[in-house]
Amino acid sequence: MTLLVATQVRHLFGGLCAVADFNLELQAGQLMGIIGPNGAGKTTIFNLITGVYQATEGSIRFNGTELVGLTPHQITALRIGRTFQNIRLFRDLSVLDNVRIAHYAQANYSPLEALLHIGRYRREEQRIIDNARRLLAIFKLEHLAGETAKNLPYGLQRRLEIARALAIDPELLLLDEPAAGMNPNEIDQLMEFIQWIRAEFKLTILLIEHQMKLVMGICERIKVLDFGETLAEGPPTAIQNDPKVLEAYLGEGPVG
Amino acid sequence: MNIALKYCWNELLEQAWLVPVLLLIGFGLAFAIPEYNWLNKYIQLVLMYIGINIILTVSLNLVNGYMGEFSLAHAGFMAVGAYTAALLTMKVLPVAAYPVLFPLAVLAGGMVAAVMGLIVAVPSFKIRGDYLAIITLAFLMIVKSVIENIDYIGGPRGIPGIKRLTTLPWVFFWTVATVWMIRNFVYSKYGRGVLSIREDEIASDLMSVNTKRVKFLAFMLSSFCAGVAGALFAHLLQFISPRVFDIIKTTDVLIMVYLGGIASIGGSILGATAYTALMELLRPSTMAALLDWLPEFVFNPLNQYIIQNLGVWRMVIMPLLLVLVMLYWPRGIMGQREFRGFIPRRDRVAHRRLNDPGEKP
Repeated sequence: MTLLVATQVRHLFGGLCAVADFNLELQAGQLMGIIGPNGAGKTTIFNLITGVYQATEGSIRFNGTELVGLTPHQITALRIGRTFQNIRLFRDLSVLDNVRIAHYAQANYSPLEALLHIGRYRREEQRIIDNARRLLAIFKLEHLAGETAKNLPYGLQRRLEIARALAIDPELLLLDEPAAGMNPNEIDQLMEFIQWIRAEFKLTILLIEHQMKLVMGICERIKVLDFGETLAEGPPTAIQNDPKVLEAYLGEGPVG
Repeated sequence: MNIALKYCWNELLEQAWLVPVLLLIGFGLAFAIPEYNWLNKYIQLVLMYIGINIILTVSLNLVNGYMGEFSLAHAGFMAVGAYTAALLTMKVLPVAAYPVLFPLAVLAGGMVAAVMGLIVAVPSFKIRGDYLAIITLAFLMIVKSVIENIDYIGGPRGIPGIKRLTTLPWVFFWTVATVWMIRNFVYSKYGRGVLSIREDEIASDLMSVNTKRVKFLAFMLSSFCAGVAGALFAHLLQFISPRVFDIIKTTDVLIMVYLGGIASIGGSILGATAYTALMELLRPSTMAALLDWLPEFVFNPLNQYIIQNLGVWRMVIMPLLLVLVMLYWPRGIMGQREFRGFIPRRDRVAHRRLNDPGEKP
């Protein structure tokens, strides 16, 4: 089943073409990587899918729903979760609250019930707390529930960001450079971790990454972008040997 | 011994009956004090001002503290509430029904102010920070000049001769009700949405928070409470004019918010109480009455050279105090911290560590 389809997506910043004729077909359960040099338009594609930017042209469909024209919170409520290249946690709030905030769309009570703490409020709040604590336990962060997010070490902040993205109960998870700032040892752990959450939460994952080890190691398909245009797409082995990719991304001339 | 005391104190705070009992005692006092004249009229008046200022401070903190915006429109919402309620009691409602209908007039004042809050909420969708501050300032000026130009409601002369319907029990009731509602709002998904907007609005939107709806609700609730405070204020002062609700009034509330500390209901209550009480203490008559017990040879020169001049120095001392507080205590009395009693038990338990001694497995 095709989960996400982007057809002929084009995005202009003023006169600058950030993404041109972008096409994507992502099957449910697939793990796909997007690579490309800095400024190739990778994060812009994430921002187009999640509604931060509106595509100038083209269409993006998720489970048959057109995403272009929807606001970010509407798109997120359709069960698309994401993390950010530079960690964007709610820094001054507690670890638990970071995860609880992502339950906004699932919390089913009205402003009046919230104002008076009546009706569905109590049951829903308890359910959210239980779910948030369950997620924190899975990510081995439960003992830090009351800690302020900014006090967490870098690695744990990355982990918390993924936990928060999973709190919206996503079908599709977008990871923007999850390995940024990690050493080779941590990258090995992260690769295992991504495989594990994918199985555990039955996720389809689209990730942006510069670390070739990670991309080549776990992605089933890879898409290569350069200057907003798609250079190549295919399984890791094909990408590694694609002359166009070698030229644009890995540099001209013989490698190795 | 100390540990035992602490344990007892913690146990006491956990009791479900504590809050209802405290409220009952508060209500009892609010009724008894004016009834039996336990405190003199002036102190009763100050108590009522403290209550009104608590409502104003807690509600402004919702926008300026929790949401991290900078609204200057609070006095404008207060004016809308004050004029609405005053016109209702003076021109619409029958005199005989005052005791019953006064709460309705206050409620109406809050409602109309809440509708005005929507008008300010709309620009906040696109604009943040300093620019929104300018827009709220413009709103305040518009409210003031609209009132000044409507002859029916007295224009710049205002409305004199409003019935004094605000009593200590009513102030107590409205203070408890509005603070309780704002506290409930803060500890709900909407309140967490408000906090996440302050932290990172785009990330908040991407975590499924409907930021527009949250802003609407926060502005509406905040201005509703300001309107209620304005209605009570009008029926206490018995005279309102556009000049009462100018930028100085907003500044007063801002001072109380930042003195008490942002994003803290307990802090706002302390800030409003401390500021109001201090401002009253610095009045010559109050100070003279307070230091009456001093021997005459001390009191007389003190009175002649210092106390009688306080009226001039009052407005210098308070801002100076504020500068000192901001320099040495920038987060205010309890910035971003909260009294345990204000946090719902469910939230407190959820934030504990699993191996915390306070929690049963």
